[in-house]
Amino acid sequence: MPCSPDPGSAPPDTPDTDRLTEDWRRRFDCAFDTAQSIFADCLTAAQEQLGGASVAAYVDAARFLCKLGRGAEPVLAFLEGWPAIGALLGPGSLEIVLAWVRTIQRTSNGDVLGAFFQALPATATSLGSRELLEAYLELLTEVAQRSSVSIHRGHAILPSQALPELVRIAPRLLQQVNLQGLRTWAAHGLRHYARNPERQAGYFAMRSADSRALFQSQRQGTLLRTHERPMDLYLRALWDDPVALISYSEAFDELRRPQPYADARGFHLPDLRVDRDGVSGLDQYRLILAHLAAHRRFTRSLTADNVSPFRRLCIETFEDARVDTLLLKRFPGLRRPLLALHPRPEEHACDPARESCIRHRLTMLSRAILDPDHGYRNPLILKFTGAFHERLRQTAGDTSDMVELATEYLIESRLPSDAFANIRFADTEVPYRDDNRHLWHFIEIDDASDFDAASGPAPAAQSSVVYHYPEWDYTTQSYLADWVSLYEHLHPRGQGEDIERLLHKHAPLVKRLERVLARLTPQDRERLRRQEDGSELDLDWAVRSWIDRRSRRTCDQRVNQSFRQVRRDLAVSLLLDLSASLQDPVRGGDSTQTILSLAQEAVALLAWAIDRLGDPFAIAGFHSNTRHEARYWHIKGFSEAWRDEPRARLAALEAGYSTRMGVALRHAGHYLSGQKKDKRLLLILTDGQPADIDVSDPDLLLNDARQAVLELERDGILCHCISLDPHADDYVRKIFGKQFSIIDRVERLPERLPEIFLTLTT
Amino acid sequence: MDPSDVLHDYRVDREPYYRPQTDEVELFLAAYEKRLPVMLKGPTGCGKSRFVEYMAWKLGRPLLTVACNEDMTAADLVGRWLLDTDGTRWQDGLLTLAARHGGICYLDEIVEARQDSTVVIHPLTDHRRQLPLDKKGELVQAHPDFQLVISYNPGYQSVMKDLKQSTKQRFTAFRFDYPSPDVEAEILVRETGIDPATASPLIELAKSARRLKGHGLDEGISTRLLVYAASLMAGGVPAARACRMALVDPLTDDDDIRATLEHAIDALFP
Repeated sequence: MPCSPDPGSAPPDTPDTDRLTEDWRRRFDCAFDTAQSIFADCLTAAQEQLGGASVAAYVDAARFLCKLGRGAEPVLAFLEGWPAIGALLGPGSLEIVLAWVRTIQRTSNGDVLGAFFQALPATATSLGSRELLEAYLELLTEVAQRSSVSIHRGHAILPSQALPELVRIAPRLLQQVNLQGLRTWAAHGLRHYARNPERQAGYFAMRSADSRALFQSQRQGTLLRTHERPMDLYLRALWDDPVALISYSEAFDELRRPQPYADARGFHLPDLRVDRDGVSGLDQYRLILAHLAAHRRFTRSLTADNVSPFRRLCIETFEDARVDTLLLKRFPGLRRPLLALHPRPEEHACDPARESCIRHRLTMLSRAILDPDHGYRNPLILKFTGAFHERLRQTAGDTSDMVELATEYLIESRLPSDAFANIRFADTEVPYRDDNRHLWHFIEIDDASDFDAASGPAPAAQSSVVYHYPEWDYTTQSYLADWVSLYEHLHPRGQGEDIERLLHKHAPLVKRLERVLARLTPQDRERLRRQEDGSELDLDWAVRSWIDRRSRRTCDQRVNQSFRQVRRDLAVSLLLDLSASLQDPVRGGDSTQTILSLAQEAVALLAWAIDRLGDPFAIAGFHSNTRHEARYWHIKGFSEAWRDEPRARLAALEAGYSTRMGVALRHAGHYLSGQKKDKRLLLILTDGQPADIDVSDPDLLLNDARQAVLELERDGILCHCISLDPHADDYVRKIFGKQFSIIDRVERLPERLPEIFLTLTT
Repeated sequence: MDPSDVLHDYRVDREPYYRPQTDEVELFLAAYEKRLPVMLKGPTGCGKSRFVEYMAWKLGRPLLTVACNEDMTAADLVGRWLLDTDGTRWQDGLLTLAARHGGICYLDEIVEARQDSTVVIHPLTDHRRQLPLDKKGELVQAHPDFQLVISYNPGYQSVMKDLKQSTKQRFTAFRFDYPSPDVEAEILVRETGIDPATASPLIELAKSARRLKGHGLDEGISTRLLVYAASLMAGGVPAARACRMALVDPLTDDDDIRATLEHAIDALFP
């Protein structure tokens, strides 16, 4: 607390400024030389920006920070930064910050104050209001509490490693998300790395991939990732020029903002676009693509050697304008969004005596070419706009025309100030244009073109395909983006004859099933006789009815026959839980029989039955070893016949690891939704509830599986669970609703599984 | 009107508008000269049915069109017994009618019919040119003017609905496609009376949509739909609205594709 005898009032007003400063300095009362050396300047700034009583509070606060025992850094950063912050956030903000400082000072996290005050100016600018600052400080307090390591659930002993990272990175993040987004992002970090402080700090420093992915999902705007297909369709339909799209992120590049560009790999686009100037993010992407595609169609590349940077800039501007003009000729409807995004610099905004106006001039020229209502009066701009349109009147022109025009323009418009280092950038960036790297090629002798070829053989073909799936976090009611990595493999092969033997073993059952199947097998075309209406006369009945009529008896009107199509339109996917518990022996059975071997028998029977019915079906197994390694074993695909190959894979089934059900359901659903059938059925055979070793909260995976089932239902896929756990009612009902069957006596599985399937599908 | 002309209702009285794409008219005349069965292949709405109608008019033959569908049976083509007050009565099907009295029988979208229904055309399409009516116990010898034309769209049907080889190999074939842009523009102008400047963005839009075939669209925008759109526009409907109604909404329920096509409309019609 400030110890001055009269904290509220200003020191006596004297004309001598030095004496006044001395009074303040006495009140400041700080022993750090560095702080004393900047005090006078900071005081002047504070007097200018804060004024009156606030200056007193400012000096008192500085004195308080000086005497905290946290070194000179907090007080230095505060002295320098606060005048601007105080002016921005208004009165009252200092009390809020000081209250938070007192709170944090009492904990083991007091050392964060230096970093806090260093980052505060930028943070405050991004937040912009006192209320948001207050909310931000609450967030910091929460992070401090929840990320400090406590021992025996008592007081926090070790300081939080995450807090300083968050304080440092917050200004940058707040430029891209609002405070709510930051809070959600931080909450994920607190929850998911609660027991690993080092990795938690990595998360908050934005070093981990999860952290970036989650942060991306909090950013607002149109994500390229979710619109890749429309973009691809757009290029195909309007340009007949499908090119690969590659995204780069603007979120993590601090030095300079990357521009879209085209190279041999494809079009590189920003990962996210926020609506601006009334143009939606999607339309901005389309405009970028249109500009790039128009370049590909109309632009010829030039040799860059011996062309000065200014001349290159000039040529690029003219070429961009030409490409845009041709674009608008072809798609006149793009004029509105294009002009909305193209800056319209004020004609006299740039002063050639003080700064270099080359970009400003060229942007005006480009605007004038594209916008007939540009309103510029500069004679050179008018002259070259006219010359440009003259060249494009008859033909589409080509790049070399633009080189000539650009060179002429550069010569005529050159100013001595063009070479100034201080270039005016304001209002000169055209957001939909690329950096034109495709326009230039360099002639380089001794080009190390062999370098890539010599850099080693291509990596051998991977035997698995990796997919990333989100997972549902019920505590925050949101998806964790790209949370689970799923590896899909072809299941290794065993002896296909084993499966044959299993069928022999169940010969009586097979025989019984065969009778049921024969009834169910579609006849394709069924004749319905004795119909009142039908496609054809049923001659037998017609004659009988005619005889009745002739002999004056009541005659039967039903003398037609018709035909009915009988067809099963169904695709089935069978998903097997291959977690370690399947290796348990069956209770009461002989010792060699495990649940897995029973499941094998059951699946063999079921597959045989479905095959007889002719429904397309797929079989896969799954298990997981943390979210980084979920495995999906392909046993039989929809298009594969039920022959040796898939049978051999089924014979080789092995169990291990845990049950992460949600991701497997999503992946099986992904294949099943590709089947164009009226009914799609996903059967899942499992012996326990979803669990994995990296998840301590059992409800998490349960709710995720529930969410996956809901997603599938939304896509028209019916999920049915066959559980081998006699006590499963509770959680299975939570996940699958009413769609489940529980098999109490596991040894009856081979018999029950085909039965369940048949009841479900008839 | 000649009362003995059973097929009077099926005659084409007025010349239908048909803009030949290449030499298909001459080739069809040559095929008719030899009474060879003809198969027309091509995407929907590219002018197959209009072509047959035009040829029937040019040849002065009645045209009996059967729109094939899954529920169609052989009886619909050949004929069936019906009941009336005096007992049963035989009613000729359209195919029998054409074969008896000498018309052009046109089986539209033949693959939509079940394969066992369509085998009845086999004896009519080879050297025999006869149609056995087994239920009636009659063998119809085809009239000298009779000709069989079928059409099918190889594009969107599943493998299940392909034609049998034994059916395919009884026909000569014309492969139709959407007309070239200038021909298509001419068709729009002629059919609806819009001016050529308005027709060209419509055709540009159709080209865009046709490039999406196989990427979420089963079929591109047909000439028929373009004519619809152009007639809406000729009737005073704003271009963007007409295109949405006639060219986008009938075509797809896929949101991405719709968004792309709607963007194309906005880009092409300022």
